[in-house]
Parts: sequence; structure tokens; C-alpha cells
Amino acid sequence: MTTIDILAIVVTLLIVVLLAKPVGLYLAAAFDYGPNRLNRIYGPFERLIYKIGGIREENQSWKAYAASLVVSNAVMIFVVYLVFRFQGMLPLNPSGIAGMEPSLAFNTAISFMTNTNLQHYSGESGLSYFSQATGILFMMFVSPATGIALVMAFIRGLTGRAPGSFFADLIRAVTRVLLPVAFVSALLFVFMGVPQTFEPAATATTLEGAQQTIARGPVASFLAIKELGNNGGGFFGVNSAHPFENPNGLSNLLQLLLMLLVTTSLPYAYGKMAGRIKQGRILFVSMLVMFIVMTGISLSVEQAGNPALNALGVEHGQGSMEGKEDRFGTAQSAFYSVVTTASETGAVNTMHDTLTPLGGLIPLANMMLNTVFGGAGVGFLNVLMYAIIAVFLSGLMVGRTPEFLGRKIEGKEMKLIAVTLLVQPFLILVPTAIALATNPETISNPGFHGLTQALYEFTSSAANNGSGFEGLGDATTFWNVSTGIVMFLGRYISMVTLLAVAGSLAAKKTVPESSGTFRTDTAMFGAVFVGVVLIVGALTFFPAVVLGPVAEYLTL
Amino acid sequence: MDKKKTMLSGEIVSGALKESFVKLDPRIMLRNPVMFVVEIGFLVTLLLCFAPNAFGGTVPRWFNVVTALILLLTLLFANFAEALAEGRGKAQADSLKKTKQDITANKISGSGAVKSVPASDLRKGDFVVIAAGELIPGDGEVVEGLASVDESAITGESAPVIKEAGGDFSSVTGGTKVVSDRIKVRITADPGESFLDRMISLVEGAKRQKTPNEIALNTVLVSLTLIFLIVVVTLPFLSDFLGIQMEIPILIALLVCLIPTTIGGLLSAIGIAGMDRVTQFNVLAMSGKAVEASGDINTIILDKTGTITFGNRMASQFVPVQGSREDEAAYWASVSSLQDETPEGRSVLELMKKNGHTYDQELAQGGEFIEFKAETRMSGVDLKDGRKVRKGAVDAVKQWVLSQGGSVPSDLDSNSAAIATAGGTPLAVAVDSRIYGLIYLKDTVKPGMRERFEQMRRMGIKTIMCTGDNPLTAATIAREAGVDDFIAESKPEDKIAVIRREQAEGKLVAMTGDGTNDAPALAQADVGIAMNSGTVAAKEAANMVDLDSDPSKIIEVVAIGKQLLMTRGALTTFSIANDVAKYFAIIPAMFMIAIPQMQTLNVMRLDSPLSAILSALIFNAVIIPLLIPLAMKGVAYKPMSSGRLLGKNLLIYGFGGVIVPFIGIKLIDMVVQLFV
Repeated sequence: MTTIDILAIVVTLLIVVLLAKPVGLYLAAAFDYGPNRLNRIYGPFERLIYKIGGIREENQSWKAYAASLVVSNAVMIFVVYLVFRFQGMLPLNPSGIAGMEPSLAFNTAISFMTNTNLQHYSGESGLSYFSQATGILFMMFVSPATGIALVMAFIRGLTGRAPGSFFADLIRAVTRVLLPVAFVSALLFVFMGVPQTFEPAATATTLEGAQQTIARGPVASFLAIKELGNNGGGFFGVNSAHPFENPNGLSNLLQLLLMLLVTTSLPYAYGKMAGRIKQGRILFVSMLVMFIVMTGISLSVEQAGNPALNALGVEHGQGSMEGKEDRFGTAQSAFYSVVTTASETGAVNTMHDTLTPLGGLIPLANMMLNTVFGGAGVGFLNVLMYAIIAVFLSGLMVGRTPEFLGRKIEGKEMKLIAVTLLVQPFLILVPTAIALATNPETISNPGFHGLTQALYEFTSSAANNGSGFEGLGDATTFWNVSTGIVMFLGRYISMVTLLAVAGSLAAKKTVPESSGTFRTDTAMFGAVFVGVVLIVGALTFFPAVVLGPVAEYLTL
Repeated sequence: MDKKKTMLSGEIVSGALKESFVKLDPRIMLRNPVMFVVEIGFLVTLLLCFAPNAFGGTVPRWFNVVTALILLLTLLFANFAEALAEGRGKAQADSLKKTKQDITANKISGSGAVKSVPASDLRKGDFVVIAAGELIPGDGEVVEGLASVDESAITGESAPVIKEAGGDFSSVTGGTKVVSDRIKVRITADPGESFLDRMISLVEGAKRQKTPNEIALNTVLVSLTLIFLIVVVTLPFLSDFLGIQMEIPILIALLVCLIPTTIGGLLSAIGIAGMDRVTQFNVLAMSGKAVEASGDINTIILDKTGTITFGNRMASQFVPVQGSREDEAAYWASVSSLQDETPEGRSVLELMKKNGHTYDQELAQGGEFIEFKAETRMSGVDLKDGRKVRKGAVDAVKQWVLSQGGSVPSDLDSNSAAIATAGGTPLAVAVDSRIYGLIYLKDTVKPGMRERFEQMRRMGIKTIMCTGDNPLTAATIAREAGVDDFIAESKPEDKIAVIRREQAEGKLVAMTGDGTNDAPALAQADVGIAMNSGTVAAKEAANMVDLDSDPSKIIEVVAIGKQLLMTRGALTTFSIANDVAKYFAIIPAMFMIAIPQMQTLNVMRLDSPLSAILSALIFNAVIIPLLIPLAMKGVAYKPMSSGRLLGKNLLIYGFGGVIVPFIGIKLIDMVVQLFV
């Protein structure tokens, strides 16, 4: 690792930190229904959409908000499923790609709607242009917008307000956040050398005289929303390792920034909306600390390389380069793997399967915790849930009925949170056990690494990340259906239960703060929060992780 | 009933031991899901003791036997903790029941004739007569007469109290004893509903319901248990893929170690003990919810007189009247008080000492002390030389002087009015026909109150003083006592208004009261503490009754409420933090044979896989009885800011919870390895 490598990472982090607050304040204003300047700018355009859609910008009930979210998402999944199934008969299919097989269509539709972008189909050749545009691209906007709408409703609930309108929030997320940023960054990507064209694939004659087909298309625009919306599905099969999808260090930097942009700014948006900027900052810093620790471990183990190879005397000054792009080297590849899993994006510029065992453990840990920033909206939702658990424990420790933002956390909220807590371990461990027991032949590696492959696949699905450890024969009915179900439940159960928590809290009277109240905007609270996240995460996944990456590391 | 009961008696312990086995009944166990899982684990390992190969295992039979034994012990320890807490309540109830022997009542029938009937035949609305030496047959209200009553059966306080018809001291409790005189009582409770009955069922814990906070915590514990169940159930499938065979008893050991058995086993004991601590304090809480709520109190409303101050009784100044000097007034005031044992009298002498005035002690020697009487409203001394010295109510002294042909100094009335306006009480001092001056009796803040209010401020509790005094006086006392706010010239309705106002801001309010006119406010308050000396109405409306009738006790009740929650929080944190060490004991042990490199994770360097697992299990079991004293006593609570409190408890129970088991398991392993 060179000084430049480290400097590049430090600069990236600095930009992330600098952007977090202003973007957060922008988000808070963007979702404020009251009159403000943003509403004057976007209002006319949005009102037009509201008119067409028959949407009114007025508060729904909590149940209606949750129902609108789940039903609209389910309907979209169904429609896109039909598009994939019948793409052979639909227009814009110059290459004559046939309809998708049912289980694959099921998996793919859920995958993109749930912000996962697990791709079991083969990249460029599995989808028609029509499917790409109406299915993939459409969902790449709607899915993060759903996440952002949700977290806004949740924050409103925590602060005692009505949830707002799901559809209005959804549209605002697209018009005010995703579209403008994606548009500008797409232009930047073009400037950096990413193709943006509707021309068909180019044909080139190689030096040897052979004919080579070079796939291309509207990559820049796709890439922008892929990263900004924490989607992660690649235009090309090899995702951001492809030179057209990530030509150089600068495009790599922009991708990292886009992945973290929304999720790192949400704590500040929350702080602004709750009138507690300081608390937002504490949550931001807590996550940043976890993120930096993860990055540090990842960089050092990847740099150390594979001890077995090192022992053979292989030159390893570059670190472990297996499966990595020469353009990015160990540092930028390892860092990308941390960012893409911390933000639950799932884009890759390196093969996660070939990371060193502990280097592969870091992405896995990020997804298991799902609170090291996390995906657009839902990540911060999880963070707030853990904050409530932290408040519950701390409240007990200081001898008061725990309260969060002045609202008492009681049996009802804890029941809903208890259910939510169960979802992640259940959706990761149970399917992994089933897969290992029933479908061992689809796992390409024996032993510890094979176990990690299966564990990674379901962790990625449950956390709606979408990156793959690869090496799985995952285009089978079993994997399509099982990961499809896991992605769906992993996304929507917690959304519904946590909206119910918000609804329940919103209806409560606030308790005024006194010196006996436990403060949630102190470094101590940040420490308790991180402690709760790590302890719960570690206790849940310790055995699985020990049998996977840790055992692999120990036996190298 | 012994006021400060010793924590354990042999009887309670042996009773609890027996109960520990009774509570193994799965139907009872089911109420505690965490321990129920342990019980199932126990039954499975028990089966394996007899049929070691039932699940195709290869662990030695002795290991199954030992595991089953440790699990049984874990269950018994948890049951013992609960039974012990219940036992202490039962012991108190038993002593109460003794007072509830068969009492014979002298019932007045319709015709007015007195008939002897068993107390259990009395119904609401019956009239009874009780004479000196008899037990009061049931809860009621004195309708006729005045008597001193020994209430030690309930309060533990041996000094008899006066009960009389009308006013705030008319309520009597069944099972207490009339010591003098004779009263007529209207019974106000049917059998089984009396105060004593309710008290018995409360301390017995028969009506114990889980409190909201207990339910919330229990949910978290169940959720953790389910998570670990998922972890442990999926583990053999994971290891199977690696070709490693898992043993059932070892998986059970892992599960039992991971689920929060420490807090799960102690949770109900903590709740019962919390209630019990309130009872030990001679306060009867009608529900655990009330105790919990008291930990959350934001505002306390306190009456001034009797709670914050002693009442108008302490001499603070001597005020001379026309024709006398201050030292003369002081001189005669103290002579009149030399043999006066009332607090007022003593305070006069104390003030003399403080001011450095002197008086002739010899003068009163041999004189005849005249006691204070309601008719005369004066006390004093008839000196040997024939002079009569008196102090007392201003108008009474005026009358007395005038009747001897004396005159009233012209500034007497204006001076005494000034004292009254300032909230004090004036006492006039006279010798024969001459009035020398006034004693200014001032309301005095009880010692230590200022510090207590300071403590409460640190705990984030606002104090409001209620007084009938005028605003000026109220402000003076409020400043002196250090309360945050006061309501002067308050009427009973004002209290309700204040409570409502505070509650509208989302605050929880506590108050104490004794009169019937306090009842609505007691009912409105989140925590209402009635004085046992108070009226039936007040006691009915309150959710706690202070048997000692000490209104300032509310402060301790708040501390007990906080302590209750803190104990739960601390032990939960401790329990969960323990899991880190247990993982490092068991996980390497499980896989060490198949994957020798796992030794790296055996950071405690435990001797062998089997000894490691047993050591973790043993630690898991013995930590329960080791923590019983803490669960019973509650974690130490000193008022301080919540931030500091959290830091302190996190360090002890969080960080300590991570470290302690590493040491504990290692030590146990050093012993266990000798046998394995």
C-alpha cells in the first residue's frame, strides 16, 4: 500500500464527512411538507405528477402508510415479473432474448424491488432493452425512494408527527434527491470516460485479426443510479470491475461517494427533523467509527496477503491481488468492498470470493450488522432501532422507564422490536443451514470457504445488499426461490414492524427532559449504541463466522 | 411485626428450598420462557443419561449425567431465588395473619342492644363498640368517642395513637387494639376486603402481576432466547457440511450458556424483592406498577407542615413589648419554660442558649409547674415567692393579666399581628399582671431537608411545596428549604390543579396526603402515598400507604423504584455481556478435535473440550445464587446525574460482565480438569 493509496482513502472519507451535514439538511427540507423554498422550486412539477397519479399530499394513517408501501411494492414486483417472463414477446428486444424462466424472474423482480440487486441472471444477455428500462432501471429509482420515504415516515413518528403520504414521499425522493443527483453524476461519469449510448454493441478487430464484440449502452446513467440508490446491480456482468463501468481512480472515487451520500447524511436529516442535530451527529460518528475500524481491518489483512503464498516466497508487496483489478490495487479494492457492503449497495470492483478469509469476513460483518450506515433509508432505520434498544438498556441502568426523544419505550414497542431483531438471524442462518444440508452440490468449494459462500449469499439477500461471493451455482430453482423469499422478508418485515413502532411512539405524550433523563446526544450514548450493535451482532453470528471465514483463516 | 426484618431466617431458607423443587413443574416453569428452555435441555440430557446413544452421540455417559445435574442445579438456583423473595413476603404475611385471630365483636343491633358475634360476621355498615383492651374487629370509622389505639400490629410503632370521631383521625384498622377509653365504630369493609386482608395478599405476592417494564424486558429476553435457539439449531447443519459431527448435550450446553439465564432466573425475584423493600420500609404498595412509577417521578408535591417543617413550634425570637427590654422578655420566657417538656418549651431554652442570655435557674426550683390545658391555653410556673409566670396564646394571656387587674401594653396587638402575618405564631409571656413580651414561634425546616431536595434536584425531580401560609411566609420557607416551587394559601383543589398541570406536560407526579380532602388529589397523582393515620378515603384513593405516617418517606420510595429498574438493567447487561466469554469457552471446545487450529480461539487456555464446556455451564449455574443477594438488595443507588450513573453501572455490569466470566470460567476449569 502506498502513501497515495492511503491518502486517496482519507480524502474520500473527508469528502463524505464534509457532505454529510449539508446533504442531511437538504433532505430534511426536501421532506418537509410545510412551505419552504424547495417546495416552491419542485412544487409545480410534483403537483403535475400528483394530479396524474391522483395523489394528495396529506397524512395517511400509520397502517395506510405501511399498506401503501408494501402493496405498491408487491404490485410492482408482480408487473416486472410479468415483463421478465414475457420479454420475448415484448418490444425493444433486438437481440431476441427469450422470456425468463419463472424462478429466475421471481428472484430478479424481487431482487431489484428490494434494493438488493442480487443478479442470478447472466448480465448483458439475460434481459431485453425493454426489461432493462421498465424493470431494472425503473426499480432502481423506486426502490431506494421507498427506503428513503420509509425512514422519513419513521422519523416523523419518533418526533410525534403524522407519517405523511407514502406516495408523496416516494415522488419527492425521486424528484428531489435521486433524479437530480443521478443526472449530474451521470454527466460526470461520461466526462470520466463511461459510455452513454443507445448504439448497439461495437465490433472491433483485434490485433490478431479476430472479431470482438464490445458491449456498450447507456452505462453512465445506469451507473449513477446504481451507486446513488444503493442498488448495485451491474450494467455489465462483472459490475464495476469492467473498464466501461469504472474506468479509473476518479470514477472509482465518485462511485464510493455516491454509495455513501444518502445514507451518511440521514443522521443529520434526522437530527434536523427531531431538533437534535447533536444526537444525529453522535449517531453519524458512531457509525463512522465502526466504518473506519472495518476499513482498517480490511486494508491490513488484504495487504498482508495470503500467508500460504507468502510462505512460498511469492512477492507480496502489493498485498493479495487475487481477483482484484490492476487499476485499483489492493487498497482501493478492499476499500470498495467495505463501502459497498456498509452501504448495502452490492456493486463490486473486485471479486469478493477471492478476498483473504478475514478480508471476506469484513463485508460479511457489515451486512450482518446492517448498521454501519446501511442502505438508503433502511440502514438508518435499523440504526434507530438499535438506538432504541440502547436507550432501553441504558434507561434501565439509570433507573428510569426508558424514553427516546421524550417518548416512553414500553412493552408494545419492545415486542415489535423483538420480532424485528429475530428476522435477520432467522433469514440468514436457517436458509444457510437448509442450503448446506440439501444443496451442497451447488456450492463450488468444499469446507469452510463453501460454507462462507452460502452464508454470504443469504446474508447479502437478507441485508438487501446484492453482492455475491460467487462460485455458487446460484441460477437454480432452489437458490432463486430461497434468496427471493429471503430478500422479500428481509426487506418488508422490518419495514412494517418498525413503522408500527413509529406509529405507537407518535401517539405517546412526551415526557419533559430533566437531569434524571438519560441523554442520548453524548459520546457515552454513542458507545452504548455501538456496544449493543456489536454484542448483538457478534453473539448472533459468532458460531457461523467461526466455522466459515475464521476457520478458513486459522487453517490457511 | 419486626420493622427491619433480618434478610433471611432459617425458616424462610428451608421453605424456599422446598419451593425450588415444587417450581420445577413445567406448568409453572412455562411462565418463565428462558428457564423453560433450560428445563427442556435438562429433560433431554436426562434422557441421554439413560440412553446415551438415543441421538447417535459419542460423548461419555458421565458427561451427560454431569450436564443434566448442572442444568438441574441451574433451574433450582433460579427457583430458589424466586422462592426466597416470595418467602420473605410470606413470612411477613404470616405474622400479619397471627393478628387476625378470631376476634369477637360487640355488634350493636338495630334495637341498640349489644351482641357478641364473630368478627367474620360483620358487614359493611354494622356498628360495633370496642372498649379498652379489646381488638378492633374490622376496618371502620369512629363515629362516637375518643380512644388511644395501639397500631403496632400493622405499623410496628408501639406508641398508641389517638382516634376520635370526626376529622382526619377517625379511621381504625381491624386487628389493632384499643388501649384506653371506648369507641363506637361503623364498619367500612366486608370480610376479606379489609386493609389487613389486602396487606396480606399483597405481601404474599398472590396478586402479583407483571409490571409494564417487566413485560418489556421479558420480551427482549424471549427474543434473545429465540435468536440463540436459531443459532444453536442451525449450527449442526453448518458443521455437518464440514463433516463435523455435533453432540446433542454439547449443543444444549451451548444453548443454556447463551440464553440469558442469569437475568431470566432472577427477574421475578428482583420484582418481588423490590416490592418487599418498599414493605420493609413500612410502606404498602398496592401494586408493583406503583413502585416502578415512583422511579419515574418528575414532580413531588409535599405539604409544608409536618413534612418539610416541624410546624409552628420553634422559638426564633423574643419580642419585647412596651415597657420591657428584650432580655427581660427572654428571661421570663425561659423561666416559664424551665420545666416545660413540649417542643415549644424546649426551643425557648435552646434559643436562650444560642443568644447567650442568662436566667436564674434557681428561681424556678421548687415552683409548681402548670401544664398546658386546652381550656387555659397557657402553661407556666408558680414560683415559690408567689409570683406566677405564664406563657400562652396571646388572647388567653391578655385575659389572664386583665383578670388580675393588669393592663395590656399598647403595642402587643400590633406586634403579635406582625408575627402572625409573617407566618409565625406569637406566644405572650406574662408575670402576674404584667406582660413582658412575645415569643416568636417560627416554622422551622426539618434538618436534612435541604440536602434531600438538593439530591432530588440532581435526580431531576422537581419539588413543589403546598402550604396554607400567605405567599410571603411560603416564599421564606421555600427558600430556606430549597424547594423548587410553592403554592401558597393552597386549598385542596389547588393540589389537583397543580397535578393536572404537571401531568399535562407529560410529567409523573407523586404526592402525600392524609385528609379526606386530599383523596381526589391522591387519586389523580401517579403515585399517591396516604398516611396510615389518615382517613379511609385517603387510603382508598392512594396507591401506597405509609404505615409510619412519615410524609417525607416518599423520597426513599422514589429511590427504591429507581433501584428496582436499575437492578434489572444491570443484571440484564451483565447476563448478556457474559456470553462473550462463554462463546470463547465453548466454540473452540466444540471444534477443537476436528479443527486443531481452533486452539487459537481458546484464549482462556482451558484444559480440554469437555472441561471447557462443563466449566462454562458451571459458571452459568453458580452465578445465579451468587447474584441472589444483589437481586434482593438491589444495586446501590446514590442520587447523581444519569450520565454518571450510566457510566458507573456500565463499567461495573457491562465491562465487568465481559471480564468476570473469563476469570470465573478459567478458575472453575482449573478445578474441573482434575476430574475430567
